[in-house]
Amino acid sequence: MADVQRPLSPHLQVYRWQITNTLSILHRLTGVGLGIGTIALTWWLVAAAAGPDYYAMVVDWLTSWLGRLVMLGFTWALFYHLCNGIRHLFWDAGRGFELDTVNRTGWAVVVLSVVLTLVAWIAAYSM
Amino acid sequence: MAEFSLPANSKINSGGKQWKAEAGANKVKRFQVYRWNPDDGKNPQIDTYEVDLEECGPMVLDALIKIKNEIDPTLTFRRSCREGICGSCAMNIDGANTLACTMGIDEVKGDVKVYPLPHMPVVKDLVPDLTNFYAQYASIQPWMQTETPTPSDRERLQSRDDRAKIDGLYECILCACCSTSCPSYWWNGDRYLGPAVLLQAYRWVIDSRDENTGERLDDLEDPFKLYRCHTIMNCAKACPKGLNPAKAIGELKKMMVERKL
Repeated sequence: MADVQRPLSPHLQVYRWQITNTLSILHRLTGVGLGIGTIALTWWLVAAAAGPDYYAMVVDWLTSWLGRLVMLGFTWALFYHLCNGIRHLFWDAGRGFELDTVNRTGWAVVVLSVVLTLVAWIAAYSM
Repeated sequence: MAEFSLPANSKINSGGKQWKAEAGANKVKRFQVYRWNPDDGKNPQIDTYEVDLEECGPMVLDALIKIKNEIDPTLTFRRSCREGICGSCAMNIDGANTLACTMGIDEVKGDVKVYPLPHMPVVKDLVPDLTNFYAQYASIQPWMQTETPTPSDRERLQSRDDRAKIDGLYECILCACCSTSCPSYWWNGDRYLGPAVLLQAYRWVIDSRDENTGERLDDLEDPFKLYRCHTIMNCAKACPKGLNPAKAIGELKKMMVERKL
């Protein structure tokens, strides 16, 4: 018995993605994304201090289509992490664990994060 | 660090056996079942069995028993009560953990995929090794602990309200569906106790007759045992008894904070 190398049963490979673990891993990924985004934000501030030429180069990059796409993603990550963070606060207070509630607040966070992102970008473009 | 892919000896080989239904079968359903035999030195594979549902009971367990009785006696799985009380036939069916005996075949669209409980060492086919799971259960000392002398003329009584506090907890059958649905338990199952065992821990913490609450909480106050729970909530989704381990863990975390205030 002892010399038999037992296989590990499949896990990620076979488990159907549930809304629960999908939103959970998104929370972590957006958290990491926000960390990296903050470095980019710092880069922008440092550029402003480094002089007009360097600043112009950074702004060129940030306002290119790729830069805008990254910033759109950053905005969504911010709102998603914020909304889902509030969900976590309720859980920490012992509320909102019922399965219906979890499903409803989960979808609410997804919809709300997209809506807030759109509102922020529409507001930014109409300034 | 979490290992997301399967080790070399656990990867599933292609070319599993195909068992065709008998001619004249009207309502054929295909069951794709994980197979691993400790004696042949090969990697796991998926065997496909065609079952005539007109000749089979309604539950996934009925189909597995029919396969074992009539098609392939080497198929190995645990089962006992066949009515959702014992927890023996917990497995991964159609991508989620549940009891084969309470899962209707008609709940599955397309082929029925059957795997052992995820991220566990496999003893054979659908039988996982639950040694670590049971050891973790033993570690929370799942019995009533008291300091005061036992009343000589009666049991230790509970008010109705106190008794109600263990509703939704005592019903747990320790099938391990929840713990093995939890990604955190997959990556840290050696040190994180997992939803089933933590629900049981809370069951004793909250029991008004138990007098060892402080020590129980002390023992759980650990970055891994308790706090690897990130409220993913797969546990509550998986529980075939409709219990909510995540809520019990949330209560434990709350008690940890409240007792320091």
